[in-house]
Amino acid sequence: MNDRVIQVNELARVEGEGALYVRINGDDVERVEFRIFEPPRFFEALLQSRMGTEAPDITSRICGICPIAYIMGACHAVEKALGIEVTPQIHALRRMIYCGEWIQSNTLHAAMLHAPDFLGLPSAMDIAKTNPELVRKALRVKKMGNTLMEVIGGRAVHPINTKVGGFYSAPDPDAIAALIPELEACALLAREITLDFAKFEFPDDDHDYLFVSLIHPDMYPILEGNIGSSRGLDIPPEEYPQHFYEEHVERSTALQGRTADGLPYLVGPLARYANNFEQLTDNCKATARDAGLGPVVRNPYQSILVRMIEVQYALEEAARLARIYEPPDPPSVAVPVCAGEGHGCTEAPRGICYHSYQLDDDGRITFANIVPPTSQNQPQIEVDLQRTVEGNLAMTDDDLQWRCEQTIRNYDPCISCSTHFLKLTVDRV
Amino acid sequence: MFDAPLIVGVGNTYRHDDGVGPWVAKALAKQGYETRIHFGDGTGLIDLFGKKSNIVLVDATRSGAKAGTHVQFDAISQPLPADMFHYSTHRFGLAEAVETARALGVLPKTLLVHGIEGALFAAGRGLSPSVEETAADLVQHYASRPKTRKVRDTVSDVDPSQLT
Repeated sequence: MNDRVIQVNELARVEGEGALYVRINGDDVERVEFRIFEPPRFFEALLQSRMGTEAPDITSRICGICPIAYIMGACHAVEKALGIEVTPQIHALRRMIYCGEWIQSNTLHAAMLHAPDFLGLPSAMDIAKTNPELVRKALRVKKMGNTLMEVIGGRAVHPINTKVGGFYSAPDPDAIAALIPELEACALLAREITLDFAKFEFPDDDHDYLFVSLIHPDMYPILEGNIGSSRGLDIPPEEYPQHFYEEHVERSTALQGRTADGLPYLVGPLARYANNFEQLTDNCKATARDAGLGPVVRNPYQSILVRMIEVQYALEEAARLARIYEPPDPPSVAVPVCAGEGHGCTEAPRGICYHSYQLDDDGRITFANIVPPTSQNQPQIEVDLQRTVEGNLAMTDDDLQWRCEQTIRNYDPCISCSTHFLKLTVDRV
Repeated sequence: MFDAPLIVGVGNTYRHDDGVGPWVAKALAKQGYETRIHFGDGTGLIDLFGKKSNIVLVDATRSGAKAGTHVQFDAISQPLPADMFHYSTHRFGLAEAVETARALGVLPKTLLVHGIEGALFAAGRGLSPSVEETAADLVQHYASRPKTRKVRDTVSDVDPSQLT
C-alpha cells in the first residue's frame, strides 16, 4: 500500500477555521490543499452605502487580533478619497498605537502559539511547566502591547479612539511618558526571547521567496511607504490592482492573491525584514546578528525569530515616539463630505493589508475592496507545504502532519481575516 | 454570608450564545457584584488572576451536550477540560489561560468556572431560550447569596453591551 492521505480536519493554534489535505501516491505528492472553510463574511458588501467615515470602525471588526491594521488601512484610503492629510503628530500617534498591535499580536503568535512547535509541546501551557520564565517574559511583553493600545485607543481590542482624520482625543502626555520605562524594559525582554528562540532546532529550508511589503527609505515601514518587492517592484498603493489580483478557488472561502503574472508571493515579517533591514535600529540588527540571522532570511521556520525582532523594534520605536510625543491639537483634522476614490496599504502584523474605496457626493461608499495578508499568503503556503511534504516523505503520518501544521503556522495565518484556518488530511493512495 | 467574588464573563456578545458569560456578568453587576467582561485572547485573564483572590469565570461551552447544560469546575482542585471551552482567539482561550496560570503559580486562591452549553454561535445578538434560562438560574444563585461586601454599584470598565 503506497498511497497515503494525511488530513487535518481542524488546524490548531491558528485564527479561524481551516484544514489541510495532502494526497501522496508512492513518492508523488499529487495534491496539497490548504482549505479555508470559515464562512465568508461579506464585509465589502455590507460597507456599500455606509459613510466612508464608518469604514474604519466596521472593518476593524474583521479581526480581534489586528483591528488597528483595518482601522488604519481604511483611514488612509478614505482620507485619500476625501483629499485630506493628517498632521505629523497624528501620524506619529497612529504609528505608536500600531506598534502596540505588532507587539501583542507578534508576541502572542511567536511565544504562545508557534514556539510549542519547536519544543515538541502541544501548547504554551506546557512551556509554562518546563520554562515558566520564558512564558512570564512573553506575557509581560504582550501586556505592554495591550497597554499601549489601551492608553492611545481606549481599549486593547477594537480601540474606540481612532477615526478618519485622526483621533477623538489626544492621550495625556503624562500617560504616554509613563509607558517609556516598561517599553524600554520589554525591548530588552524581546531581545532575550529572540535569543532563547535562536537555540531552537530549525528544520532545513531555503526558498527563493518573492517578498512583498511596504518599503520606505528612512524608517521600518508600518503605515507609510510604497509597496515594494525583493525583485524591484516600487509602486504607490493605488497601483496595487495593476500588479496583483485575487482569485477564487473551490476549496477556499477566502480569495487567493497572486502577482499579475500569476506568481505566489510572501507578505509579513520575513518580507518586511528582507526589504527594509537597513531601516531597523542598531539594537535590532545586533539581535539579528546574535541570533545568527543575515539581512535576508529565507528559512520560513526562522520567521519566529524575525517576528520577535520586529517586536523589539516596535517596543523601541514606541519608546522613541513616546519620548518626542506632542499631543495632536486638534486631535483630528477636518473631514469634508465629498466624492472620491482612495487606496490605503499598511503593514498588519501578518503582512500588507490593502483597502480601496469609492465614495459618492454624499461621502457614501459605492465600492469597497479589502485584501488581507492571509489571502495573499495562501498560494505561497501551499507552495511551502508541497515542498515540505516532498522533502519529508519518509516521515510517519503523525510527524508529517506536525511538520505541515508547523509550516502553516510560520505564516500566523488569520483565517477570519482572509474570509472575510485548519483540518489536515494526508491521503497516501 | 460569603466573600463576593469577581465575576468575569468571557465571550462575544455578537455571537449569540457565546455571549452568555457577559450576559451573566451584566446581570450580576446590577446585583452589586464586581464584574468584568473578557474578550480577545486568553492571556489577559492571567493578568486578572494576579489581581484578585476570589474569581468566578462564566463562559459558553461547546461539548455537544444539550443546550443550556450547566457545568461547574473548581479550577483550583482540577484541570479544566480544554475541549469544552472553544471560545478563543488563536486558540489560546480560557482553559489554556487557567492551566498556564496554574503552571506559573499565579492562580487566585479561589477560582470557580461555570460553563453553559451554547447552541448557536453564529453572528448575531441574543441568547437561545434554553441558554438564557440556565443563565438566569445562575444569576439567581449568586443574587440570592448575602454578600459580606458590595464592591461597586456600576462595576464594568465599559458598558458590556458595547463589547464583542
